[in-house]
Amino acid sequence: MAATARDLSKAESVIQLKGVNKWYGQFHVLSDINLDVKEGEKIVICGPSGSGKSTLIRCINRLEEHQRGDIVVHGVTLSNDVKNIEAIRREVGMVFQSFNLFPHLTILDNLTLAPIWVKKMPKKEAEEIAMSLLTRVRIPEQALKYPGQLSGGQQQRVAIARALCMRPKIMLFDEPTSALDPEMVKEVLDVMIELAREGMTMLCVTHEMGFARAVADRVIFMDRGEIVEQNEPEEFFANPKNERTKLFLGQILHNH
Amino acid sequence: MTDAMPAGDRKPLAPPVEDTGMIGWARKNLFSSWGNGITTIVLIVAVVWVLNGFLEWALFTANFTASTGSECRGGGACWALIREKFRYIFFGSFPYEQHWRPLFAVIAMLAMLVLSADRRMWNWRLLVIWGIGSFVTFLLMFGQIHIPLSLILFVALVCGGAGLALRSALATPSERMAYYALIGIGAVGLVLRILGVLPKWSIGIAPLSYVETSLWGGLPVTLILATYGLAFAFPYGVLLALGRRSNLPLIKGLCVGFIELIRGVPLISLLIMASVMLPLFLPSGTTIDKFLRAQVAVILFAGAYIAEVIRGGLQSLPKGQFEAADAMGLNYPQKTLLIILPQALRVVIPPLINTFIGFFKDTSLVLIIGIFDFLNTANQALVDPNWAGFPGEVYLFAAFVYFIFCYSMSRYSKYLEVELNKGTRR
Repeated sequence: MAATARDLSKAESVIQLKGVNKWYGQFHVLSDINLDVKEGEKIVICGPSGSGKSTLIRCINRLEEHQRGDIVVHGVTLSNDVKNIEAIRREVGMVFQSFNLFPHLTILDNLTLAPIWVKKMPKKEAEEIAMSLLTRVRIPEQALKYPGQLSGGQQQRVAIARALCMRPKIMLFDEPTSALDPEMVKEVLDVMIELAREGMTMLCVTHEMGFARAVADRVIFMDRGEIVEQNEPEEFFANPKNERTKLFLGQILHNH
Repeated sequence: MTDAMPAGDRKPLAPPVEDTGMIGWARKNLFSSWGNGITTIVLIVAVVWVLNGFLEWALFTANFTASTGSECRGGGACWALIREKFRYIFFGSFPYEQHWRPLFAVIAMLAMLVLSADRRMWNWRLLVIWGIGSFVTFLLMFGQIHIPLSLILFVALVCGGAGLALRSALATPSERMAYYALIGIGAVGLVLRILGVLPKWSIGIAPLSYVETSLWGGLPVTLILATYGLAFAFPYGVLLALGRRSNLPLIKGLCVGFIELIRGVPLISLLIMASVMLPLFLPSGTTIDKFLRAQVAVILFAGAYIAEVIRGGLQSLPKGQFEAADAMGLNYPQKTLLIILPQALRVVIPPLINTFIGFFKDTSLVLIIGIFDFLNTANQALVDPNWAGFPGEVYLFAAFVYFIFCYSMSRYSKYLEVELNKGTRR
């Protein structure tokens, strides 16, 4: 079932990063990143903390600003132009480590907010889509509750459904399971695996190597702001080439 | 442990007798030790003693019926003074036989405030309530209102624009046409009016005799200053708070400068500037009503304080809320109105109402520039030589009226906190 069987060479590339650099003050957080993501490709990004992996995916929807290089998403080059940024954000869904649901809105309102206000979708239609997505993440009965009344795993599934409500072409996951209690990790990963199998283009920062093996087309290892190594998951785990990759894999596989 | 013992064997035990009931409560909370017991007894004696003295003065030996101050002397409180003067204290120098007007104006304003306190009214209804309430209030107070054509055109323009902006996603084509028509009529009319094509014309509604603001006094003045002061200061404070967090240096600088400047001076000096200095700067011939100037000073002052309270709420929101809203593609106004402000304002309800209560009382400072608010008319009631010498009664009465308003606000704050946090807490 490994995704390696799929032929991605003919697929169109939907995200291109060319020579992307970013600094926080003097700290070089992204150095010369080149990355090409094909349509339908699933990429898992891992690396030690502070390696710039979250910053990398947050640059793609401009939650962080890069200073050098080009980022092209669906043919639109990211610039300071607000229209460009908003156009890209409509196409790119994001799921955060800390869920970031809106606590003052019901689950249903959390989901329908962006479709109604950004896409100007009629309320009824937005609610139908929201309910079908909640059914897909297996919590339709929670629709009228508030986020504070849900468990962490349920909240993260709502967050995924909320991002999907905008019918994005690309999904970014920023350590989606890191803030969850261990018994809730699986319910979130199951939803993500299902999404991957349906052909969504996904960039996922995670240390869940089981997930990487199950769905990733490519695993990227980052350290000190650089892409150190990237490969198909089987090859990546079996024969890491770089010393830093070996060290990192040794540490995290040991812990799991 | 629960596994070891079958559920049927566990009998729920009644709590120990000494912990329940009046005696149990008193023993636990008032007489738990020798020290506590003595403190309780001393405090009870002190309270009874003070209360006894006060009731003796305020009720048992009080005079409710005297017709002059000299008859009152020697006994307890002279409530006859309040009986004699209450119409002046409540309505000031408003023509005596017309006192029903400020009375109904106060009732209209209170009705407006009570209605807008209900959360279910927080939509277009709020505009209707305030529109009608304000119209009735000022019609009663002034007696006559002239609405200039340009104001009507301006309102049409604003209504059309607001409707189009706020309901663009939901409006039917015919509704949208109505908005465009309003904008068109408003804009064209205003241009024609400015060019002088349309005459200087106004709708005069004049069912009553005209009473100028210098004759207004008492409770309606306090209520108008506080209600409209805070009603305008609140949105203004929100804008200042947002501006202070803006990334644009010019806007940020202006907001910071304004807030710091206004916060750095006493309200009294601002009121005096508005009343004495502002007329010097205006071109000769133009006058702005003194009452209006005081009102504007109160708005500016309250706005700066409210802004800082709201900024506290904005800063309490986790960064993730902003990021989530950004990532969904919401633009700045949507993000601010739908995500940020609803949460930030909830957090700051207690300090915000605290500021409101403070300003309700601070409106009494307008007595400095000769406006007769409630405290000032109470003060003036003491001037009558027939009734000299009873300041305690008058100020106690004024304090009681202020307390009713402030305590209502305080209770409302509590209600609002519970109401708005329904469901959002576990």
